Amino acid sequence: MLFLPELTLLGVGLVFFFLSLGEPSSAKVKNVAIALSALVVLVTLMCLKSEGELFYKAYRVDFFSQLFKFLIALATLIVLIFSDQLPGVKEKIQSEYYLFLFVAVLGLMMLVSSVELLAIFVSLELSSFAVYIMVPLRNKASGAGTQVEAGIKYLLFGVMATGFMLFGMSYIFGLTGSTQLFVIADKLNLSSTQPAAVVAIVLVLAGFFYKLALFPLHFWVPDVYEGAANETTAFIAAVPKLAAVALLIRIVALINTETEVIVNILVVCALLSMFYGNLSALVQKDAKRLLGFSGIAHAGFVLVGLLTLENTGYAAAMYYIIGYVFMNLACFLVICTVSDKGRNVAIEDFTGLHKRAPLLAITLTVGLFALAGIPPFVGFYGKFQLLVEAFKQGHLLLVILAAVNTAIAIYYYLSIVRVTFCTDSENRGAIISSRKNNVLSVLLIVIIIVMGVLPSKFMELTTTAVQAVM
Amino acid sequence: MDQLLMNSGFPILSVLIFLPLAGALLLIFVKSEQLCRYLALVVTSLVALLSLRLIAGFDITTAKFQFVEQHTWIKAFNINYIIGVDGISILLILLTTLIMPLCVLASWSYIKTRVQTFMACLLIMETAMIGVFVALDLVLFYILWEAMLIPMYLLIGIWGGPRKIYASIKFFLYTLAGSILLLVGIIWLYATNNYSFFIPGMMWQNYPITSQIYLFLAFFLAFAIKVPMFPFHTWLPAAHVEAPTAGSVILASILLKMGTYGFLRFALPITPEATVILMPYVLWLSIAGIIYGGFTALAQSDMKKLIAYSSVGHMGFVTLGIFVLNIRGIEGAILQMVNHGITTGALFLCVGMIYERTHSRELRSATGVGKYMPIYITFLAFFSLSSFGFPGTNSFVGEFMIIAGAFQFDTVLHKFPYLALASIPGAVLAAAYMLRMLQKIIWGGTNNPDQSWITDLNSREIVVLAPFLFFVLWIGLGPQPFIDLMHTSVTQLLQQFDAHQAHSIAAAGSLFQ
Repeated sequence: MLFLPELTLLGVGLVFFFLSLGEPSSAKVKNVAIALSALVVLVTLMCLKSEGELFYKAYRVDFFSQLFKFLIALATLIVLIFSDQLPGVKEKIQSEYYLFLFVAVLGLMMLVSSVELLAIFVSLELSSFAVYIMVPLRNKASGAGTQVEAGIKYLLFGVMATGFMLFGMSYIFGLTGSTQLFVIADKLNLSSTQPAAVVAIVLVLAGFFYKLALFPLHFWVPDVYEGAANETTAFIAAVPKLAAVALLIRIVALINTETEVIVNILVVCALLSMFYGNLSALVQKDAKRLLGFSGIAHAGFVLVGLLTLENTGYAAAMYYIIGYVFMNLACFLVICTVSDKGRNVAIEDFTGLHKRAPLLAITLTVGLFALAGIPPFVGFYGKFQLLVEAFKQGHLLLVILAAVNTAIAIYYYLSIVRVTFCTDSENRGAIISSRKNNVLSVLLIVIIIVMGVLPSKFMELTTTAVQAVM
Repeated sequence: MDQLLMNSGFPILSVLIFLPLAGALLLIFVKSEQLCRYLALVVTSLVALLSLRLIAGFDITTAKFQFVEQHTWIKAFNINYIIGVDGISILLILLTTLIMPLCVLASWSYIKTRVQTFMACLLIMETAMIGVFVALDLVLFYILWEAMLIPMYLLIGIWGGPRKIYASIKFFLYTLAGSILLLVGIIWLYATNNYSFFIPGMMWQNYPITSQIYLFLAFFLAFAIKVPMFPFHTWLPAAHVEAPTAGSVILASILLKMGTYGFLRFALPITPEATVILMPYVLWLSIAGIIYGGFTALAQSDMKKLIAYSSVGHMGFVTLGIFVLNIRGIEGAILQMVNHGITTGALFLCVGMIYERTHSRELRSATGVGKYMPIYITFLAFFSLSSFGFPGTNSFVGEFMIIAGAFQFDTVLHKFPYLALASIPGAVLAAAYMLRMLQKIIWGGTNNPDQSWITDLNSREIVVLAPFLFFVLWIGLGPQPFIDLMHTSVTQLLQQFDAHQAHSIAAAGSLFQ
């Protein structure tokens, strides 16, 4: 029962393995994928309340991990629904694509439950390698050769980040003689003023900075976002980030509150992320690249919550990343639907969208305004929470600069809204959006608004989840 | 919590806030354009009628917040849904509710494309605007304050003129950038006030003087951009010129008031010491705005631009009245906020009506229509006279009180009326540019374009303008009921202020010499 979601995913993976032996049509594979993904969501929902430890305490099942597993499954389902029949992926290998996708999800789910360094490493690699393969699976017609470059970049940067992380883990093991996070937390408290401990923790964090696309491990983002198929990018932009934040919360909780060095490093990373992401996004023409840079900036915001080293701060970070996933998925839903045969979408392609597909235009606008942090959407409330928590810990300058970043960011979000709403369609044809996409759009809009206007219930969830970590 | 008074069982304010929102949601399901117009008209008229209940139940003998409603909203952060009205906000709420149906009517034939979206934007604007004026919780206030940007951006960006893209983005960026530091200030206040966002609870708290100054500056940036005060006014002409008529009216009549309302509601009571210290600078900026707005308006050939710059001047009077910090000044300022809303709103409507006929905002192409549009120029003449404060019209009363307040301020401080004298040229300039416009539109010159084809106002347009004229004359001839509404609240505000300030006003006086 404790391991049920993971076992289910393993089963799902096997199904696709067998499907890949034949040559089923993409529509059929798609339906299987959606059905099985929905099953995974149900299973994670069922297991939401389970608690326990597995594998000699290397694997911890608590409300925190289960909530994240549910969100990971949900986000995957949403991506699968709106990615239609994977127009950006070669038809022949779609079963394999789903196989890797579900293996990646399996890795991420294992990751959020891991509380032991080796378990963390293994599950991180499991998820990473599956995604490394998904990137170059894009077909030539839509990718125009960029997909291979993106795949290589993703792999090389990923391996480098993993190298850092392993190096840091070896230090931690050397300092504490254990790989269990809870044991480490006790022992490291005594010695955390040592430079070695600081270096070790920072290096371990680096591995997750890479997943979350935080400065200075963000370099892969623009090219991978651009080179991967739209559906793959949607997945990369949302799902792994959830797991990364989960693990960051677990690891940051190790840090002694008196270690100013680490907090200062995190502050600097957060600020550089925001400024780098927002300033680079200002000049982007490609919608996915733009969202990639904006993602770097948002990762900086998430870090603001983590560096408070307080439970309320972690809860705020968690709230923010959940909100971010929904806003981001709303934008990617539109990108995937607008995209012509899986090609990349330039900002110009949204021209006159209000006429060509009114619902999509509204979805995109809501998503973008939410990302920009304009009330009443979830983006505002998430940012507000983060700023309040950071302020409570005395990071006034950080709060001011983060607020300034909101003002910078609005420009590029508005530039998309402008194209979407304030231009004529110039003979571009209407966009047909399937019924399930429409339902999903409305659903995402509702979630984005409700999480922004009535956040109490969701905050209770995140707070209980974070308390379960300790 | 003793500043609150629940004198109504019926949640009138919530109804005023949420009725337009419900109307906007309902619009989604309406297919016919004509039906959209009627629905918006019905909803806004209903809100206007309901808002009259506020006057009926308003107790002018107390400075407390009335019609208060209180609900827990987000418990973890102690954010509550608290709304209420006092003498400072009641007139602004009524101004909002009464102008909105007229905006709908004014857009009846002007807006031909995407009527549904347009009306939805108007209704959402109404929700946000009423909400801003009644919010007693800072987060509620901030959320509505920011949320307003989206529909306003769309109003300008979709239905605007040729440079709508530039204007709408400038408007959005400017206002958003201004309110960013307000957010930081709000968080500071929250942390300092035992983690509470309750606005009346933050007032008169004796914060340390340096914090007050930073806080005041954060407030000032947000509100001064919204007002807009010189030198933060550059977004205004662009936005006004490009916005559709209803957008211009909302912008001029209501949005600009939020800045000055913010000064009264937040800057004065929350940072009184800082207000006194920084008052001289704000006053001279107001004077600069009055003069600058006047001269720039004089040079405009675009009618909308002319009125937009005149707004900068008029709003300069309002901030002047607020920061002289005496009863005449502040009451005059509030009255002038209402007056400016009425007069400038009406002037924008007048320009819009000409624009619908000639498709040009250039003064040149509208010259000499007096002969063919007698009804139109009657209205226009009244509003123009009102705009430069002709005795008998509403603005005269407001400007008179403000200048009287400025005189009083001068005599208390330094025996010579620097400030009042400095503001006088503004009034003269206003007469100059308004009369110039009026003269050209009515008579023009020898090379008038042929205007004989032009038709006079239809009955819908008369219905739109008539209420404005009614209020121009009512406030001009009998302003007492309006002043009564605000008197107790303003007196209370100043009493509290003086109690805090008896010594520092004199100290600040030295900054002038």
